[in-house]
Order: sequence, then C-alpha cells, then structure tokens
Amino acid sequence: MNWVNAIVQGILLGGLYALFGCGLSLLFGVMGVINLAHGDLAVVAAYLAVVMLPSIGIAAPLSFLVAIPLFALLGYFGQRTLIQKSLDRGPFTVLLVTFGISVVIENGLLELFSADSHSLNIGSFTSQSIQVGRLSVGVLSVTVFVVAVVVLLGLQYFLARARAGRLIRAVADDREAAQLSGADYRHVFGVAAAIAFATVAVAGIAFGMYSSFNPSIGTSRLLFAFEAVVIGGLGSLWGTLVGGIVLGVAQAIGAKINPAYGILAGHLVFLAVLAVRPQGITGGRRSE
Amino acid sequence: MSRSDGSPVLEARELTVLHGQLPALQGVSLEVRTGEAYAIIGANGAGKSTLLRTLAGLHRPAAGSVLLDGVDVTARRAEERLAAGIALVPEGRRLFGSMTLEENVLVGTYHAREGTWDVDRVFELFPWMAERRRQSAWQLSGGEQQAVAIARALVANPRILLLDELSLGLSPAVVRRIYGVLPELRSAGVTILLVEQDVTQALAVASRIQCLLEGRTTLVGAPSEFTPARIEAAYFGLAGATPAAGEEAG
Repeated sequence: MNWVNAIVQGILLGGLYALFGCGLSLLFGVMGVINLAHGDLAVVAAYLAVVMLPSIGIAAPLSFLVAIPLFALLGYFGQRTLIQKSLDRGPFTVLLVTFGISVVIENGLLELFSADSHSLNIGSFTSQSIQVGRLSVGVLSVTVFVVAVVVLLGLQYFLARARAGRLIRAVADDREAAQLSGADYRHVFGVAAAIAFATVAVAGIAFGMYSSFNPSIGTSRLLFAFEAVVIGGLGSLWGTLVGGIVLGVAQAIGAKINPAYGILAGHLVFLAVLAVRPQGITGGRRSE
Repeated sequence: MSRSDGSPVLEARELTVLHGQLPALQGVSLEVRTGEAYAIIGANGAGKSTLLRTLAGLHRPAAGSVLLDGVDVTARRAEERLAAGIALVPEGRRLFGSMTLEENVLVGTYHAREGTWDVDRVFELFPWMAERRRQSAWQLSGGEQQAVAIARALVANPRILLLDELSLGLSPAVVRRIYGVLPELRSAGVTILLVEQDVTQALAVASRIQCLLEGRTTLVGAPSEFTPARIEAAYFGLAGATPAAGEEAG
C-alpha cells in the first residue's frame, strides 16, 4: 500500500512538473528559445503572491488572477523587446540573455526577500486530504494536478483548433511561409511568450503552495521542467504531461527506497530516456 | 473583376538586390498589368526567384522600388504586402508540415483581403482536396502540395499571384495538370506573375515574357514577338542577344 501511495503522490507531483514544463516546451517549440530564466520567473510569481496578501489583501489562491495577466504582459513585451533582439543575433545570444536574466532575478529576490524560505499561507487547504480507499491524498496535490491537466489539454486544444493557435504552429513550422500568409511572426512570438509566461505564473504560485521556497530555488525547478519536457518528447504538450508524471513517479519511488534518492532517481530516469529513447516517450512522430 | 485593361498592378523600378556582396539583380524593371499572365524565364541563378522574393517583401532591394497599384510598397514587410494584395507561392511549396491540408488553406484566410476566393471555392478548383482535407500536408505528393500552396495563396484574394517555379521537382504530367489550372485562374480575374525555368511551359501560358540573365533583363515582350532562336539567345546569353534596353518601355 505504501508503494501505491508513493506512486500516486508521484503522479500528482508530476502534474506540477508538467505545469513547469509546458511554458518551456512552448517557447522552445515555437521559436527555439531555451529560457534559462524559466524557473526563476516561476519563483518571482510565488514571491508576487507573498507580497500580495499584506500589501493589497489578495489571498494566495486568488493571486493567480493578478499574476497570470501580469506575466502574460511581461511575456509579450519581453519577447517583443529583449528576447526578439537577442533572437535576431542568434540562439547563443538568447541563452546568454536568459541566463543573465536568471542571475539578475535570483539576486534581486535575494536583495528584496533575503535568503530565508518563504511559503504561501493558504490556510487549511494545505492540510486537507481526501480518503480514497485506504489512500489519503492531499486536496492541494489533486487540485494542482487537475489544474495542470486542464492547462496542458487546454493549450493543446488551443494550438490545434484556435486561429491564434494555428498561427503559432504556422510560424513554428515555417516562419517565412507564415509571413507569406500574412502573419507577423514577431507578434505571434509575442503571443506564444505571453501564454508561456502565464503558465509560468500558474506553475510558480502552485509550487509556492506546495512547498516553501527561496530566491535560488528556481534553477532546480528549471532542471525538473527540462527533464519533464525531454522525457516526454520535445514539442508535444501531451508528452510534457507524460514526462512530468514519469519524473514525479521516479522521484517518489526513489524517495521511497531512501529519502535521499528521490531527486537522483529522477535524474537517472531522465538520463536513461536520453540514452534509450532520445526523442522522448511520445516522440518519434516527425512532421517531415 | 476587370481583365487586361492595361493598368499596371505591380511594378518594379530599377531593382538592385545584393546577396552579400554579390549582385543578384541589377536594375531590373517590370510592369505587370491587370489580368495578364506574365512569365519570367531564365537559367539557374539568373535572379528569377530573387526578383519574386523581392516583390513579395522577403528581400530588401539595395536600390529601386516596388509599386502595387501605383503605391510604393518597397518599405513594407512580406506580411504587410500580403494584406496589400501580393501573394507569393514560394519555391518548394513550403506547406506547414504539422497541419492538415485544410488547416494550411485556413491559415491563408486569416489575413485575407475581401474577395471571392475562400476555402470552398478553392476546393471547387481542386475537387480532390475536399475529401482529403484532413490529411497531413506532408503525406501529400509533390504535385498535391503544390496545389495546396496555390490554394493557400489564392484564399488571401491577392491582387496579383506570384508563382515561383511551379514545375520544380514534379513529373511532366503533374506539371501539365498544375499549369492547366492557370487559364481558369486568369478567367476568374487573377493576375499572375510566374517564374519558370521550363521555357516551353512559360510560353504556353504567358501573355508576356521577360528573360533574365545574370541579374539583368535580356528580353521583354509577348511570346509571339520572338523567334525561338531569339529567346534561346536571351536565355543563354549567346552572341546576338542585345540587352533589352529599348524594349523595357514595352
């Protein structure tokens, strides 16, 4: 039963990893940008929720309402200015710029909030649990998992069916052909970045509810997000969900064997996937 | 829509385009009138595709200008030129590989001008498309992809349709079928500017031709004005082919 419990916890945790991964996956899939500041931006969202309650009286669960549009705007204008400018200079410039942003964010947060851990106070929500047979699962974990599934499937549906989603895919497939169909790829990139940043805000605040955080924790979040994306298969949001779950389960099982092995087990599964199936679990479907 | 009423739709004036240091076009001018099918012929590397891409806004000319209906559009980007009425079917089809046939055409409608072409109408033009609309673009044959690329450009309701090397990599039978659609487009009032390496094909459909050689115009006029030998000389740059300085006014 303990093993079943560990696996269930792992699956639920995987939802959070998938939520972290989807913004990363989207930015890479559409414009080939690897955003090294991804994890740190999520932490910024969590800190945003920390300051919102005392300053303007918005409780953590409602901080999404402020953070999501704010991050979407940040994504759009960040893309149209800084990221696009560095994209024009080549992929390595983007890596350096986002790495620089990551360093600036970490140190900025350190300056503002010190190195102490913070957590989001969401009242009894954290500790409530529901009983399924002999299993007890946290309401928060289930909620985050459901949110992750809804966000990823919603995004998948949006890309497949909506006009703006198709334009994003068109630009990702062939930027020049999309231009010839009248799409301003810079604007489309901006929209994609807005969506990616909005999911970062969701992931960051959800993470802040899950556990305590400090200014330097973003890097490890980036790593988990990366692993979820690669395990699942680059460019597929479905894959990112699967990858997040695999990573979560691996960590849970590892931690079950020995509490110190959790993270290690996740990394090992990641390396095993890279070695055996580098295109990822859902990868292999080539478009050309 | 009006047919050949003589007013120029698209004009290029003294275009010079550089690829790095190398001039790909040197002072090339052209004038395409409403309703005509204008063909640019020339050997590999003559600058035909560069000319078309410059007209569509994918290359910036180092000198010269592009006018659409008399309005200077030289400074506009490719996506703005589509909205203004210049649609290019690029060399190599360039369909969106992650999408179905129908989605490819749909993307063409998203920034379309007002007009009579829509998804249903292009499916009438290419009847096989309707039942295969859900197929992935990359599962289609080369000729089918070419047709989808044309459909994607048509639904934007362009003032002028630019076609870059339709015959590239296709079998003669498929090329004939693709070119068979052009008269239908012309009778529907679509003005066409095409680039073609296959001179026979170009002469068969064009009302006027222009030959490029190493980035310069060597011949302009109606196909009937020239003997095959004259065209051959202009195409290959053989002796006797005088630069068409006097003919460019035509």
